[in-house]
Amino acid sequence: MADNHEDTGGPDEAAVQLAYMAELMNKGSPQASSLGFHTLEISPGRALVRVKYREDLIGDPATGVIAGGVVTTLLDHTCGQAVYAGLKKAVAIATLDLRIDYMRRSEPGLDVFVAANVYKWTHSIAFVRAIAYDRDPQDPVAAAQAAFMLDASAGRPPGANLKPPARGSAA
Amino acid sequence: MSEETAIEKIQAALTTIPYARYLGVQVVFNGDEMTGVLPFAEKLIGNPMLPAIHGGALGAFMELTAIAQLSVLQPSAKRPRTIDVSIEYLRSARPVATYARAEVKKVGRRIANVHVEAWQDRRVAPIAFLRAHFLVDPED
Repeated sequence: MADNHEDTGGPDEAAVQLAYMAELMNKGSPQASSLGFHTLEISPGRALVRVKYREDLIGDPATGVIAGGVVTTLLDHTCGQAVYAGLKKAVAIATLDLRIDYMRRSEPGLDVFVAANVYKWTHSIAFVRAIAYDRDPQDPVAAAQAAFMLDASAGRPPGANLKPPARGSAA
Repeated sequence: MSEETAIEKIQAALTTIPYARYLGVQVVFNGDEMTGVLPFAEKLIGNPMLPAIHGGALGAFMELTAIAQLSVLQPSAKRPRTIDVSIEYLRSARPVATYARAEVKKVGRRIANVHVEAWQDRRVAPIAFLRAHFLVDPED
């Protein structure tokens, strides 16, 4: 086990702190907050997050099915939250890759849930699996596998790897 | 179907898909060469500390670009359904406009393979790639 993550359940106080951190991550991220992501369960290396069905998130007007892109975003977000919840100290994390299989369309009108679980930690990488479902985790809408880089900014201030925007390039 | 009607059809489709409207995705054509455009919007920010556009929104944008490119190739075909996507993130997406271009690597009777590249200020410095398979002849 690497030493940069938390692998014990810890006392209730830790659970309360994680739940608080998850809500901060949801509310503090404009995209997560705009899509209405809500964390239902959070523990070190695990997260369960919901997106409510909404008409402006429909991907196919003919069927009313929620867009695959919303599921993609919820998968990425939940995987990241599971990783963050398992860190021993807060460091920047970054998605390296995200692979998604879309098994079936979700049912129109139903909320979508993503359950993510870090199944392997190394010193610098967290490997995560996740499923998206509407009614039953045994009958998933999508399955994903992702790799996250830990301490993505390697001790530098957040965003140190970013170049300043070129003049006149802003949208 | 002529190229122009195909282009009009794609642009119309993007305005009728609620989620494409939510993201603000646009397409620009130079002849038959298509570029997806994701104008920056505050709500796309995933990490406010950097700030950086959410990786999921970026993936969704690239997937929509791939679907639009398939419609350029096969204007009268049914709406393709995504089978799988694989997204690689190279750099954080800064709070500026993002562009994407898709290349259909193979389109068979049932399956299409599409690669997408996304960049911001400099095309030579891509921020992400997406590779995807689509069912081009969904049965329902």
